[in-house]
Amino acid sequence: MAHDIPPVLHATGISKFFPGTIALDDVELRLEAGEVHALLGENGAGKSTLIKCLTGAYQRDGGTIRLSGHEVAPQSTAESQKLGIGTVYQEVNLLPNLTVAENLYLGRQPMRWGLVDRRRMNAMARDALAGYGLDIDPAEPLTAYSVAIQQVVAIARAVEMSGKVLILDEPTASLDRDEVQLLFGVIRQLKARGLAVVFITHFLDQVFEISDRATVLRNGRVVGTRLLSEVSQKDVVTLMLGRQLEAQVHERKAASAGAKLIEIDGLGKRGMLEPLSLALREGEVVGLAGLLGSGRTETANLIFGAVQADQGRMLLRGREITVGNPREAVRHRFALCPEDRKTEGIVGDLSVRDNIILARQAAQGWVRPIPRAEVNEIAERYVRALDIRLASLDMPIRLLSGGNQQKALLARWLATNPDFLILDEPTRGIDVGAHAEIIALIEQLRADGMALLVASSELEELVAYSTRVIVLRDRRQVRELTGAEITPDNIVRAIADDDGREVA
Amino acid sequence: MIRSTHLPLLVTLGTFVLAYALCAYDYPSMLSTRVVANLLTDNAFLGIAAVGMTFVILSGGIDLSIGSVIAFTGVFLAVILRDTSIHPLAAFMLVLILTTAFGAAMGALIHYLEMPPFIVTLAGMFLARGAAYVLSTESVPITHEFYDVLQGLYWKDPSGGRFRLIGGIMVLTFLVGILVAHRTRFGQNVYALGGGGQTAKLMGLPLASTTIRIYAISGGLAGLSGIVFSLYTSAGYSLATVGVELDAIAAVVIGGTLLTGGYGFVAGTFFGILIMGLIQTYIVFDGTLSSWWTKIVIGGLLFAFIVLQKGLTWATQARRRTATGSAAAS
Repeated sequence: MAHDIPPVLHATGISKFFPGTIALDDVELRLEAGEVHALLGENGAGKSTLIKCLTGAYQRDGGTIRLSGHEVAPQSTAESQKLGIGTVYQEVNLLPNLTVAENLYLGRQPMRWGLVDRRRMNAMARDALAGYGLDIDPAEPLTAYSVAIQQVVAIARAVEMSGKVLILDEPTASLDRDEVQLLFGVIRQLKARGLAVVFITHFLDQVFEISDRATVLRNGRVVGTRLLSEVSQKDVVTLMLGRQLEAQVHERKAASAGAKLIEIDGLGKRGMLEPLSLALREGEVVGLAGLLGSGRTETANLIFGAVQADQGRMLLRGREITVGNPREAVRHRFALCPEDRKTEGIVGDLSVRDNIILARQAAQGWVRPIPRAEVNEIAERYVRALDIRLASLDMPIRLLSGGNQQKALLARWLATNPDFLILDEPTRGIDVGAHAEIIALIEQLRADGMALLVASSELEELVAYSTRVIVLRDRRQVRELTGAEITPDNIVRAIADDDGREVA
Repeated sequence: MIRSTHLPLLVTLGTFVLAYALCAYDYPSMLSTRVVANLLTDNAFLGIAAVGMTFVILSGGIDLSIGSVIAFTGVFLAVILRDTSIHPLAAFMLVLILTTAFGAAMGALIHYLEMPPFIVTLAGMFLARGAAYVLSTESVPITHEFYDVLQGLYWKDPSGGRFRLIGGIMVLTFLVGILVAHRTRFGQNVYALGGGGQTAKLMGLPLASTTIRIYAISGGLAGLSGIVFSLYTSAGYSLATVGVELDAIAAVVIGGTLLTGGYGFVAGTFFGILIMGLIQTYIVFDGTLSSWWTKIVIGGLLFAFIVLQKGLTWATQARRRTATGSAAAS
């Protein structure tokens, strides 16, 4: 790496304090031209705080930022964009009601005689996007295109506007495999053009595939910057966690399955899920495997009554029950921890305590409030049991990191003392440490005699805790694996099966 | 090219053509230029105010103050022309500055205090109405020769229709409004704000100046509407134009603009105004129907358009889902 030319961006001594905590402590980040630099760390390590300080969304409390050798102090995202730092977020931050071209050139439209020159704008957009390998009609509304394409449009906008540093904050979280490759193609191209790209993600495989170097943060400090060609994934994880990861895959205890709890017989809904049959015993974890869109979430929603089934029946302890809506499901002591915690789970502005108690209170009925002392007792018990890290039970839950939000959500349903717990992607978007804790928790709940149904896209994880795995494909149950059959390989084979689709 | 976002506008246009055809079938004389000219003249003040309302609703807001601002403007002009000797043109300028500043102040409150537009403009509505009462509780006639001159300005169509100045001002306002909405950066910012304030902010949009300008425009156009209304009635009355903001909202919605903001056209509002005017004219022609039928028909139309918008939202969402699916597979 040439050190005689100044780095594109050099942040030194960045500090940021929040009431009661030090979010960033003397952080240094150095970005060279033409490199993809991964920013790694557990949730709450300070990645997003650092990004927000760089883009001017937060005002830093100390340190300097040099852009191409000149000191800058952006006061707003608009200012940092002008200086050359563009950011693309996980949720596409473009406007759904505008066209592709309008989104691309919002705020800097080509003008003619004081008016926006739409024809030229569309032509420019078409040229610009062609440079990214996209041949789309820029006069179409943005929403006419897939999330991956929208993501590329967002990148194009950030690059066109800023052109020095591009920050990608979990850009691949909602993309499938092919779409990720489309995105990586674009990133490689930008790298060749001499941009410095900051890449933030939880997927270590992707980090190693695309990035040159990685800076690892822990508890608001930089614990190391590594050339990725010289280290292994395990080294990086060790850096992130600061401790040797204990063997993630626990020795599975002998299935101490108890009485048959629930029997699902041909449950399905036309156009959504083919009839599915499944029986669960107490103390059993059944995994649901399958590709994105294979029907995992649909299965969870049907069983929980969030979506009404139009065929099949359910037996609870041998007695037929109907679950027409989640309310009835809760009455039967079911619980569902949904996939998308931001939109379906947490109530962001309510306190952690209120979020935890929500389902328990709802099950009891709102006219019989749970006494304050009991509420505190319950909330504290689960915060302790699940090791939810927070400053106080009164803080709004949206301030927690992703993994802690997930755990609080889990606490909400555990507080209802369910017999049957459905978890949909319990480890999505959370860091490695919290990951292991949630897996241990699932193991614990199983040992305590709860029946669990866990949908997950992470095969190793399913293998780690499932006593049985149901494999779904195209909204159909295709295979059931038990005991020693449960290996990532077998699951992959069942998912791929005979249609020759490349999976892993 | 016809796009799904244009559909509400096309439905509005279709409704207008159909309504006019039905009217003309019953009363062929409704095709005369005289009726057309009166349609423009009678709805001029409402149309001008509705242009401002279109911008506000496109940005995802609402402005409840415009009826009161129109009344205030009328009373202000009547009183100032009665009690002082300043020229009406100077008075016009003065009142336009006042109402624009009033709108800008509301916009600033909405932005900086992060207050819902509904509450802020509700306060504005009471304030402006109250100010009108303070100036005069009675209807004040305007008798100024310059008013006679302005009222005497018209272009007479060979077949007898009189296209008056105020109708022209409305059409001009709409043309400028269309240009501003679709061909200026400010217009694009209005749509962006309606599409999502937080996202627009992250995209580096000047939220404060955009919000302030939107409500300033709405206030200023309400002032212009008040001037036109005073030319139309030759008087200022503090009890006038109660609920005009609701008529304007109705015209905007019938014109195909989504109440939640982000989607719609200024041109649609024009036809929304004409459709509402047409219903009124039909009832006048009929002579036996109570004028309240206007409200009933407008109510029915509003429901129809709200249902239509909901349906379109569902349709685009379904389309989006299939589009995403096919792109993922390719």
